[in-house]
Amino acid sequence: MIGRSLLRLLPQIVSLLALIGLVSVFFPTFLQIDFSDGRLVGPMIDIVKRGAPVALLAVGMTLVIATRGIDLSVGTVMAICGAAAAWAVSSGYGTVPSLILALLVGLAAGLWNGILVSVIGIQPIVATLILMTAGRGIAQLITEGRILTFSDPDFATIGSGTLFGVPFPVVLWLLTGIGFALMMRWTALGLLIESVGINRRASALIGINARVLLIAVYMASGLCAAIAGLVVTADIRGADANNAGLWLELDAILAVVIGGNSLLGGRFSITASILGAMIIQTIDTGILLAGFPSEYNLVIKAVLVLTILVVQSPNLSAQWLWARQALARRRALRDEAAPQSGPRMTERPVPESEVSR
Amino acid sequence: MSRAISKVGTTSLFDSLVSLPCRNRYNGQQNHHLKGWRIAAILLRTAMELAARRPRRGRRDQIAKRLVTKFYREENMLKTLMMTAAVVALGTASAGAETVGFSQIGSESGWRAAETTLTRQQAEERGIDLKFSDAQQKQENQIAAIRSFVAQGVDAILIAPVVATGWDSVLEEAKEAEIPVVLLDRQIDGSDDLYLTAVGSDLVHEGSVAGEWLANEVGDGECRIVELQGTTGSSPAIDRANGFRKALEGKDNLEIVRSQTGDFTRSGGKEVMESFLQAENGGSGICALYAHNDDMALGAIQAIKEAGLNPGTDIKIVAIDAVPDYFQAMANGEANATVELTPNMAGPAFDALEKYWADGTAPEKFIQTESKLYTQSDDPQGEYEARKDLGY
Repeated sequence: MIGRSLLRLLPQIVSLLALIGLVSVFFPTFLQIDFSDGRLVGPMIDIVKRGAPVALLAVGMTLVIATRGIDLSVGTVMAICGAAAAWAVSSGYGTVPSLILALLVGLAAGLWNGILVSVIGIQPIVATLILMTAGRGIAQLITEGRILTFSDPDFATIGSGTLFGVPFPVVLWLLTGIGFALMMRWTALGLLIESVGINRRASALIGINARVLLIAVYMASGLCAAIAGLVVTADIRGADANNAGLWLELDAILAVVIGGNSLLGGRFSITASILGAMIIQTIDTGILLAGFPSEYNLVIKAVLVLTILVVQSPNLSAQWLWARQALARRRALRDEAAPQSGPRMTERPVPESEVSR
Repeated sequence: MSRAISKVGTTSLFDSLVSLPCRNRYNGQQNHHLKGWRIAAILLRTAMELAARRPRRGRRDQIAKRLVTKFYREENMLKTLMMTAAVVALGTASAGAETVGFSQIGSESGWRAAETTLTRQQAEERGIDLKFSDAQQKQENQIAAIRSFVAQGVDAILIAPVVATGWDSVLEEAKEAEIPVVLLDRQIDGSDDLYLTAVGSDLVHEGSVAGEWLANEVGDGECRIVELQGTTGSSPAIDRANGFRKALEGKDNLEIVRSQTGDFTRSGGKEVMESFLQAENGGSGICALYAHNDDMALGAIQAIKEAGLNPGTDIKIVAIDAVPDYFQAMANGEANATVELTPNMAGPAFDALEKYWADGTAPEKFIQTESKLYTQSDDPQGEYEARKDLGY
């Protein structure tokens, strides 16, 4: 069981390790982690901390994509929830009620998306596009177009505090990821989501309440977006309605895809998506640390992402498998042809005709 | 009944209203005369006819009449004319004070909001009747607003153009109507006789003011500078980078060691500053930070604090824009200096216009606003109080 899931995660783990190796070439102290002022400090810590918003979004996005949907609104939901929390905190409602309010707003946004998709039957990409475009306006209404700052130390802890030296955002995405993964795999929920993603009608016919399941999945995505929104808002101690979560929905989708999940729904792996998010953040932070001029940032990112996706491509891996088998056959033939002289002496190109025989 | 009406070419207002609920169910065709927009058009036409009939000053009268005739010809210009009709009706109400139309881009940032607030304040102080139009980041809305200002016969038009191109024909119309146009904050491509003058700041100059301050502050000591750039490729990012480098020319003790984009946002500034601190031995190798805007600097200040350093003393911080929160940081001693990008573009514009109205003196084609430097000794707390309600 564990071996099988490791095999599933192998491409992501290998990509991540390769990237870390690559960045270490440009920035030698990349893997160095110090402990100072009661907190862990180091580039790797920065990566897991900065990757928190995308990792959180990727958790929710994985579930949505597993149902053959997509949630484009997560970036703006982040902005709305951050704005709502900042507004509540700065109007003196206290930290905990503000956080609960933000999470409820996230759930409400998910409910809206879920109803549009599953009850009204709008295509997910369009249904969530509605909130994606309108949401930033809602967030701006809450903040009145300004960057709404607050000075609540407890709220700020979510973004920049630590728990046993570990940055709090990391704790958050770890808990969220583990929580959702356990919920999916210890119960039949994951299986039901996969079956709805593969064939909604058939799932409905065998008695799965696809409608409620879809709404729940979008609400989960909204909840993850709300947590991510809290993280970025707490991080800068202010709600920036214009820029919070801007384009992060695309990074989240990318993380899910790098995680090897199919956009056509079906089988999914939350762990792989989170690894995908970490891969993206390693690229981002690596570019910053390497000190290239900013004009190269996006080009470098695109090339690396493309390379990773090409290496993971199922079509290419089939070719690779075939090539390896062909090579093995050729070697076997060669060994048969000259068994006395040993393999080292026979390193001549074997003609095609020999191979085909 | 509806069929009969549909055959009448020009229906009267009464007939159209009466026929509104009717549907032509028999030939399956949509009856064009019954569409909602048509009713709206007829209502508008009536309103405009009423407005045009009123005795008013010569030029306005002519323009209104011309528009009415134009309307009969081109009914598809409905969108423009809906606004026109509204402002013509408004325009008849006021007389006496100078009227200025202001087409603002929208409320994309706090700075814009402050610009709008200050423009309103300036107009009020000078007894100018300001007609405000928010274009919501769309050029077609701005063009429609200018046309309506022309139709209304305002005494001047202020415009903060959302894009640089595509203004020729509408500004030509304003010119024909002899209405002076002043560009605020942004420039346009095209002949400069289409507008009276442009008010704006010199972005390169802002960068060099920041650079000169830092050079004076550091003196002869060695200083390794990190730079938080604006959005890659945007003109403020390019110009503010160039201006800063120009000020540092020939000063070999000052060196820009790292330069990355923080996208003009707080979170971008914080993230990039964290990586700068990592890359420069936990920040001990950095003597100063130059940020292309205050928001990035504010994000960076948090990153510096979290790294256990003191922003403002361990790392000197200079930025551009002068937003209220940055004054707060200066008051707390966490930031050192900022160069103001004044949102009061309307003040110089109204000055120029008042001269122009008085005796027709045309100002220079570009009025540069002052890029004032604020440091910790300029009463940052007071500046914060003065600015916090401007809508930043």
